[in-house]
Amino acid sequence: MLNINNLHVKLEDEDKAILKGLTLEVPAGEVHAIMGPNGSGKSTLSYVLSGRDGYVVTEGEATLDGASLLDMDPEVRAAAGLFLAFQYPVEIPGVGNMTFLRTAVNAQRKARGEAELTAGEFLKVVRAKAADLQISPDMLKRPVNVGFSGGEKKRNEILQMAMLEPRMCIMDETDSGLDVDAMRLVADGVNALRSPDRSFLVITHYQRLLDHIKPDVVHILSNGRIIKSGGPELALEVEENGYGDLLAEAG
Amino acid sequence: MTEATDLDVREGVDRETVEAVQNMGSYKYGWNTEIEMDYAPKGVNEDIVRLISAKNKEPEWMTEWRLEAYRRWVTMTEPKWAMLNYPVIDYQDQYYYARPKSMEEKPKSLDEVDPKLLATYDKLGIPLREQMILAGVEGAENAPAEGRKVAVDAVFDSVSLGTTFQDELAKAGVIFCSISEAIREHPELVKKYLGTVVPQSDNYFATLNSAVFSDGSFVYIPPGVKCPMELSTYFRINAENTGQFERTLIIADKGASVSYLEGCTAPKRDTTQLHAAVVELVILEDAEIKYSTVQNWFPGDENGKGGIYNFVTKRADCREARAKVMWTQVETGSAITWKYPSCILRGDESQGEFYSIAIANNWQQADTGTKMVHLGKNTRSRIVSKGISAGQAQNTYRGLVSMHPRATNSRNYTQCDSLLIGDKCGAHTVPYIEVKNNSSRVEHEATTSKVDDDQLFYCRSRGMDEEEAVALVVNGFCREVLQALPMEFAMEAQALVAISLEGSVG
Repeated sequence: MLNINNLHVKLEDEDKAILKGLTLEVPAGEVHAIMGPNGSGKSTLSYVLSGRDGYVVTEGEATLDGASLLDMDPEVRAAAGLFLAFQYPVEIPGVGNMTFLRTAVNAQRKARGEAELTAGEFLKVVRAKAADLQISPDMLKRPVNVGFSGGEKKRNEILQMAMLEPRMCIMDETDSGLDVDAMRLVADGVNALRSPDRSFLVITHYQRLLDHIKPDVVHILSNGRIIKSGGPELALEVEENGYGDLLAEAG
Repeated sequence: MTEATDLDVREGVDRETVEAVQNMGSYKYGWNTEIEMDYAPKGVNEDIVRLISAKNKEPEWMTEWRLEAYRRWVTMTEPKWAMLNYPVIDYQDQYYYARPKSMEEKPKSLDEVDPKLLATYDKLGIPLREQMILAGVEGAENAPAEGRKVAVDAVFDSVSLGTTFQDELAKAGVIFCSISEAIREHPELVKKYLGTVVPQSDNYFATLNSAVFSDGSFVYIPPGVKCPMELSTYFRINAENTGQFERTLIIADKGASVSYLEGCTAPKRDTTQLHAAVVELVILEDAEIKYSTVQNWFPGDENGKGGIYNFVTKRADCREARAKVMWTQVETGSAITWKYPSCILRGDESQGEFYSIAIANNWQQADTGTKMVHLGKNTRSRIVSKGISAGQAQNTYRGLVSMHPRATNSRNYTQCDSLLIGDKCGAHTVPYIEVKNNSSRVEHEATTSKVDDDQLFYCRSRGMDEEEAVALVVNGFCREVLQALPMEFAMEAQALVAISLEGSVG
């Protein structure tokens, strides 16, 4: 589904390479985790894939179902089925959470040539999905992410994911700032979305989240490249020994 | 599914915006109606003032009132203190009176109405039945009404074309008609209140208006009456080189209440046009007026050519105890806006509120705000101003809060937020605060921010295009003011916010 081939990325403002030949393939239906030390390029990867300004791709490519992602505007990538759960979800004062969700859902439906959801249809779906994530009706009415706790923000990201039904979900440190209960809720939400034609790329510092969301493959990212890939046991190894040995091994 | 319906109404406002962005052109009302007009000769002098008065079949006292204003006006000079930059206006190069020829005789049926006039209202979205009444068809008032009623007075260039639902309003004792009709039919009310809130000598533009105002709306709500429907005036400048000078006078007698809406549009033209209106609100004991404006005059093109010069004096006098006024304005049009709807809080415990959204894009300049003059004890005022600047535009909030010595235990709260889109526009805040007693409290909060790239990226990563994203963020910024508008107006205003900002990003 997602193919990244020899991706080189630098910052727009300064001559600093962040990704240096990253290659990764996430087949349909699989959950891949990316772990790596601070500054290894994890967040850059998620931003470049979703189309944020400020980065320049100097070499390589990334495709979603064969279509080149890097030439698309962010909203086109979204309509094509790509979703990024933000590490730091953004606050939008004055815009109701429900309004935001409905605008997003219908913008994507429109872009794909599908009929827009009516208020009634939308409400029915969003109520059910919000309840699963223990998101209160009050949280749906409040302005997007304004005054939300860390846990509420992350659950809200998962609610957006559930409503938008993307095929390729990227989660950027969704576990950061979550307590054990919130993490379980988020993980349950993600697990409920797992299906043979939906894939996940889970970026995390810690193995903890991977106890709840079982990955098929774990990749170790260091200095802009994947230095090692393996099964879930690789995450346990990192948990136990840190990144030191792996980095040394990779030279 | 009543809950769903409620939600639809609440949430639907934003949907409207988003759809409106896609469905509408940049200035929807820029077309022109080819209609044969009667013009008075260009320029202004005592003869023109007399001619306007005669055309309106006014009594002698009114003609004299106008002439007095004119004689004062020629001794005055145009104010220059506003942060506005525009070429010198040649007041003798304007037409001061224009009227559709077909309106000389009142038409008897729809067939007799100039179809071009009908088409104009249709394009403006005013419903057909109201069109019939607007077009002056006799008996149209008795046709069945659909949906919620809003009585409309339409002013086309200088002339009021007709007022809807007059019969029904009359049953409640409400007078809603053109000001020229009021001068003829209700001289005692006009004499008693005209010029008592905005005196003839008030300022250059108000004095000019007093001399040459051609028409406008008049409302009187008798004691204890809650006006049974919303009242609305629709202003349209059509003729070229024609100044529009309406005069609106609204009186809410003791314990009365009314909600009044005002909308404005004009065709796209290369030359600028002058608009100098005066609105006077008189609010007596325990009465309440809610006055909402969606100002959408042609703002000029993206190079700053053409557009309306809008110099408007609006003032409310809370003359007696517990009188209450609420101004809500959405200013998206005009090349130049000079406008400060104000509240004189004379009665004890009277209240004034001012909610404003001012958007300036391309080369527009807006200098707008309010004055809250606290004269009575325990008076309250609240100002919420949202200024949005984009393109090369300059947007100034100018406001006065004045607590007089007798206005003890009074309070004001002011919140003044500016939003910038791009790096070539400007936002300015000029608050004047005077407190002359020890027991009153004045609070002022101001913020300036830019539309945040992170917010736009967040919206776009969820599938909205850039313009949808900007519209959503800006509407969020304006929410408090949009919520103060009546529902239909809120929808129109949200759509306007989106349209006004088209092309401001990317």
